[in-house]
This record gives sequence, structure tokens and C-alpha cells, in this order.
Amino acid sequence: MIDFLLQFPLLSALLALVGMAAAFGALLGFAAVHFKTEGNPIADEINNILPQTQCGQCGYPGCRPYAEAIADGEDINKCPPGGEAGIQALADLLDVEPMPLDEEHGEEANTPAVAYIREDECIGCTKCIQACPVDAILGAAKQMHTVITSECTGCDLCVEPCPVDCIDMLHESPSLQNWQWHLPDPVGRQVEIIATDRIESGARQDKAA
Amino acid sequence: MRKVFDFHGGVHPLENKHQSVRTAIADAGIPPELVIPLSQHIGAPSNPVVGVGDHVRKGQVIAEALGFVSVPKHAPSSGTILAIEERLIAHPSGHSAPCIVIATDGKDEWAPLPDTRPYESLDKAELLELIRHAGIAGMGGAGFPSAVKLSVKAGITIDTLIINGTECEPYITADDMLMRERSDRIIEGAKILHHLIAPGETVIGVEDNKPEGIAALRKAAEGSGIEIASFPTKYPSGGEKQLIEILTGKQVPSGGLPSDVGVVCQNLGSAVAIYEAVVEGKPLISRITTVTGEAVNEPQNFEVLIGTPVSYLLQKAGYEPSKNDRLIMGGPMMGVTVRDPSVPVVKTTNCLLAPTPQELPVPPPAQACIRCGMCAEACPASLLPQQLFWFAQGKEFEKLEHHNLFDCIECGACSYACPSSIPLVQYYRASKADILHQRKEQEKAEHARLRFETRQQRLEQAEADKEAKRAARKKAAEARAKSAVDDGNGEDPIQAAIARAQAKKAAQQGGGNESEQEKLEKTVVAARKRLDTASKKLEEAKVDGSDLVDALQSGVDKTRAKLDAAEKALAALGEAHAAVAPESEPTDAAQAAIQRAMAAREAEAALSPAEEAKADLEKLEQRLEKTRSKLAQSQASAGEEKVIEALTSTVQRLEQKVEAAQQALSETS
Repeated sequence: MIDFLLQFPLLSALLALVGMAAAFGALLGFAAVHFKTEGNPIADEINNILPQTQCGQCGYPGCRPYAEAIADGEDINKCPPGGEAGIQALADLLDVEPMPLDEEHGEEANTPAVAYIREDECIGCTKCIQACPVDAILGAAKQMHTVITSECTGCDLCVEPCPVDCIDMLHESPSLQNWQWHLPDPVGRQVEIIATDRIESGARQDKAA
Repeated sequence: MRKVFDFHGGVHPLENKHQSVRTAIADAGIPPELVIPLSQHIGAPSNPVVGVGDHVRKGQVIAEALGFVSVPKHAPSSGTILAIEERLIAHPSGHSAPCIVIATDGKDEWAPLPDTRPYESLDKAELLELIRHAGIAGMGGAGFPSAVKLSVKAGITIDTLIINGTECEPYITADDMLMRERSDRIIEGAKILHHLIAPGETVIGVEDNKPEGIAALRKAAEGSGIEIASFPTKYPSGGEKQLIEILTGKQVPSGGLPSDVGVVCQNLGSAVAIYEAVVEGKPLISRITTVTGEAVNEPQNFEVLIGTPVSYLLQKAGYEPSKNDRLIMGGPMMGVTVRDPSVPVVKTTNCLLAPTPQELPVPPPAQACIRCGMCAEACPASLLPQQLFWFAQGKEFEKLEHHNLFDCIECGACSYACPSSIPLVQYYRASKADILHQRKEQEKAEHARLRFETRQQRLEQAEADKEAKRAARKKAAEARAKSAVDDGNGEDPIQAAIARAQAKKAAQQGGGNESEQEKLEKTVVAARKRLDTASKKLEEAKVDGSDLVDALQSGVDKTRAKLDAAEKALAALGEAHAAVAPESEPTDAAQAAIQRAMAAREAEAALSPAEEAKADLEKLEQRLEKTRSKLAQSQASAGEEKVIEALTSTVQRLEQKVEAAQQALSETS
């Protein structure tokens, strides 16, 4: 056998290569079966970035389906609740160019909203309860319904099905509790260093004339 | 003499403390209106326990603590509750907050003070409860409730109790005056704290720019075992972590608490408040506040009731609004700008600064960062402020956290040192707020995701359950059908069910009478059966000569009577039904016609072709007869021509048809 191999070095090299290919193939095959990842890990990561309002504004029934669609190559700019910050985070994660929010799917709200049921108008039809993706509405048939504010994601989905139109989306009004410091005005850094830097509408018009 | 250490960084701003220490602490008096914010400190706001119009006495609880990190509020003077409403408070946001407003009556009447016991006889929990109940919150900085800070977790040994008398910010002299005038109270308070915490040592740390205070403290502390340590003046040595490093050489780990290195810190003012609460039973209703700056004529320290409007206090010090364009609560490094002088003094208000524009000029516009590194040299927390600045601008939160943004104590040393006058601290504050906001959002998103997924799962489960039930029912029905076929009666259960349903429907359409009739019929049948069996038994008994013959005979008689009664009832019902039936028939005329037609068709189907043809012929002949007679009638009565014409043509057609039928019959037969 060894003599034979020594006699035909080309054949022995071929044999060795084929053997190695078979061995590594088997190893890879084993690994593919045994260390199989459950689910799609990239979709999980995308899902963690999405705001989980479950509003469906992206055209998918919830954040998870949209995350899976993004993992399959869908555009990253269809999530208005996530806004520009969300798109930026997704772009960073997927290493793609961030794109402006697709206005077709809605606009980014400045303040988070919370659904509010005008309780004396509620007829207890349970339609909003069925629509709520996060079970944030409490009530039963022919009983008044109410929104558990802390659970509400502000997705708007309960507003449409209400037959008596008694659901409002309330935006948080600025108060001591939700106030926070803001970054200093960047414009403030460049004004009035020398007199001619001053931007005055009158001066501009003069120049234009 | 204690060995003192140095901490990294720090700055030396102009102290400006001499202006306000020339006179003794003055009493600010009772303002006409006191405004007590329900939230004066970190933690939950308190809950008002008085109503509008109530009369309150000095020291009475007007709002109780809500939660662990909260303290009650007390009426600083006697008077009437004027309102519980939103009022402006000293807060960088400029927002208002719920406050209790008291219209004072000037009598300054005390509510009965609780009996006090010597503190040595009180245990830890009792002391903490006293401190908490007296509404004591840290009087130096953020105003953290003292009782919370002092409740050291079990299993942690405290080596050093530090009383913070540093007062490192420029202008402020409240603690300095307290040391000069009330050193005995400070030492007593420190002793109570020493008893409460039971540390290895108790140290009062004071910067060396207050020699009078240090001397007074040393005199008062003689023989008490409490050490007074002085160290070089540098801003911000009054920061908790910085002071711990100065006095012990230990650094509090990033994100940790002083108790992690065996230290508990308390402010000097808090120590006095604790003394008053424990020994005199008085709650925290007043504090020492420095009113200074070049826009006040008599800069000095006041003992001021909590809730006193700033404007009232300023006026006491000879404030000249024309000289001042910016009012600051707190020191020039960390204070907040007060936009409206109606805001009240709170538990953390150590200073009111009314500078002239020359004294504290508006900072020049910020210029670009030149990466000089002065801020890094000044930072007492050994951070890299310029890096943090860049990341804050780019909103790179992850990097900010990696660079330990949350170790920043917001002391303002970096902003002070910055040659480009960049408001660095504001960047850090904004970034911290953003990061905290983001964390909260993320938590909320995670929560929403969980709820969404749980709901999804629940819906799927419900659907699956329904499907399973449906499948089970289908299987059972199939099994029944199969068993019915196997039993040999060959009846399809579905057809049977349909037939049953139809029968039921028909019965219902027939009305209640019919079902009653059925019932009676059933009764009759059953009675007959019973009668048969009973008479059989009777005969058998007669043959056997049994004793039961009599009993059986009576049974047979009874059954026969019942049967007769049922038959009679049935007959009566039948008559009644017959009377009703004609009325009900028209409604069912269509149904009856259909049935008749179907019966006829069936009969037809049973006939042979010859018979069929014969029947056809007969029918046609009948129709012909009818039409002929109608024609004759209309001709006799001289009816309309059209009708006669139509009838004639019909007769002709029928005659043709009859002929055809006759032909067919002859062919078939």
C-alpha cells in the first residue's frame, strides 16, 4: 500500500485531499445538526431595537414580523414610533446606510401617547379589547372598559374599532415628572462672538438690496 | 492630627464667603404666606393630610410620607391652610409642583411636642423612626431622606461616620455660621448619630477656610471622642465621595455607595436637625440660609422657615432688584437659576445668591473644544470630560456609559476650568437624562414585547383548543356512523339526524296540539302494553293459584280505567283538532300541494308505460271535459269574445293532445 502510494505521489495527494474533505465535511455536518441555532438571531436583535408598540404601522402584524422581514431584506425605515433614533440603531446593527423615515407609514410623534376611554360613553362592546395587542384594556361585554395606562404602548389600534368613538389618544403634557435636561442649543455656541456675526433679518435684507 | 488625603482634580474659585459672616444668624421671621412643596427631595412626594381651611399649628404634620424614600412635611408656623395647589418651585425646568399654602396667623403657636427620651435608651429602629418622622432630608445636596441614608444594611460594618461640614461652594456660609454659633448642637447631633451607627470613629470634616468654626467645634467636642479634621480648601471637597477619599483615603467604587467602603456621611445641618428631633422633639421646619451677593445690601445668614417665599427673604436682606438680573438658589457652581422670586425656600436651600452682572457675568458664548485637557485635570471623579463632551454631542450613549458618565457628580469644575466656556455639565446632565429615558423606554418595550408574545400565545392556544375540540367531535361522529353501519341497520346517522330534525320541524309546524296528541297516543299505547302484561300475569297467577290474584286483578282494573281515560282524551282531542284543522290548512296549502304532487309522481313512477299512457289520456280527457264545459258556460252567458276565443283554442289543443295520447296508448298496448 505504502509502496503503491510512494509510486504515485499524485494519487496519494488526491487520496489525502479526498480524505480530509470527507472528514471535515462530516465534522461540519455534525456541527450543523448539533449546534443548530433556534430561530433567527438577527431577527431577535432587530426585534430588541424595535419599540414594541405593536402598532402595525409598518404594514406587518406586530414588531416581531417586521423584525423578521427586515432580516429578510425589508427596508428599515417603516417604523414611525422608533423614529430616526430607531432607524439609526438598525442601520448600525445591520451595517447599512440609515435612510429617512418613510412618511407613507406615518410620522414620528414627539411625545408618547396613551389611549384614554371616555368611560361614560363606553358601551362595553369589547372591540377595543380584541384590538389591543398588549392586553392593556380592561373590561367585559356590556361593562365599561378602561385602559391600563402603564401597559398602553400608544399604538392607536383601539381607536379605529370603537363604534362610539370614545377613545382618545392623549399626549403627555410637559410636567415636573417628565421634564429632563436638554443639550445646550448648538446655535448658541456660534453667535455674537464678533458684532458682524449677528444674524439680523434687517441686515440681511439690506445686503440683499 | 489626622492624616488627610487628596483627591484628583478640583478647582479654586473665588470664595466670596467673608461678606455673609459679618453678622450673627438672624431670624427671618414669619412671612404672611408659607408655600410647602410636597416634593422637596429625591424620592416620592408626600401626601397632604390637611384640607383647605384647616387650622394648623406649628410642627403639625400636614403631609405624610408615601413610601420608604419619602418624608412627612410639617407646618412651619401656625395658620390656616389657604390652598393645596400647583405653585412655582425652584427647579431648572421652571415647572410648578403641588404645594400646600399656609396663611400664617403670626401667633407661631406650637402643636404639642412629643415626649422625648434620652437617645441612649432608644434602639436603632426607634431612632430612625424619629428621624424619619421629623421630616429630615439631607440638607446639603440632593436632599436624600436621612433615615434612608442612615439605615445601613445588616451585615455591613461601618468604620467611619463622617459629618460633612465642608461647604466647599463659594459664597455659602450657612454651615460655617452653624459651627460658630451652634457647635454644641452639632456635637450632640454627631453623638446621636454615633450612637445610631456605632462606627469605629466619628469625624467632622471641615475645610481650613473656616478657622472660627473649627475652633468652636474643637472646643465643643472636647472629651466627646469626636474628631474634627481640617484639610486644604478645594472645590468640590464637599462632594460625598471626595470627602470620603480626603478623610479615609478610600475610593467609593463606581456605582457604589459609601457603605461599600464602610463609611456613612451626613451633613452638618442634618446633624443639628437630628439633634432637635431626637432631644427636643421638634420636626425640621426651619433651616439656615445664606443670602448674599452684591445685589443685597446686608448679606447674612437667616434662620428661615421652610416655605418662606424667596422674595420675602431677599427683602429682609435689603435686596435691590435693579442691580441683579439673575437669582440663584444654591451656590454659583451647582445652584439653579430662580426665574420667579415667589418660589419658596425648601429643605435643601442653603443659599440665595443675588449677584450683580459684574460679579457673576453671563458666561461668554461657548467656543470649539480645543482639547486642552483642563477639564480632565479639574474633574474630581477622574473622568475624561472632553471625551464625554464629544460623545454627548454625537449622542453615543453606549460610549458615554463606557466612559462612566454616571460617575459624574455634576460639580461644574470642568465647566469652570474650560477656556472655551463650554457648558459641559449641561451636556452631561442632558445625556444622563437621555440615557435614563432610553433605559426606561427599553424596559417598557421589553414589557410590551412580553405582553404581546403572551397574548399571541394565548390566542394560538385558544385556536388550537378549538381545533382540537372540532377534530374530536368529527372523530366521534365518524365512529358513531361506523358503529351504526357495523350494527347492521345500515342507517346513515347523518341522514337519520336530518330526518329527525325534519320530523321535529313538521311537528312544530303542526302546533302544540299535535304533540299533545302524540303524547296521548303514546300514553294509550303504553297503557295498552301494561294492560296486556298485567292481564297475562293475572292469568298466570290464576293458573298457579297465587295469593297475588286480588292485587293483580285490581292493578289490571286500574290500568284498564287509565287506558279508557287516555283513549277518551285522545278522541276528544282528535275532535278538537279536526275542528281546528280546516282553519290551519290554508297556511299549509302549498306544502300540501307539494306533497300531493310528490305522491302523484311517485304513483306515476310505479306505473308501467302502458298504464302511464292510459293515465295521461284520462287526465287529458278530464281537462278537455272541463275546458269544454267552461266554454259552453261562457258561450251561454255570452261572455267576452277574447275569453271564448282562448277557450276554443285551448279545447282544440287539448283535442290534439288527446289524439296523440290515444295514439301512444295504442302503440304501447
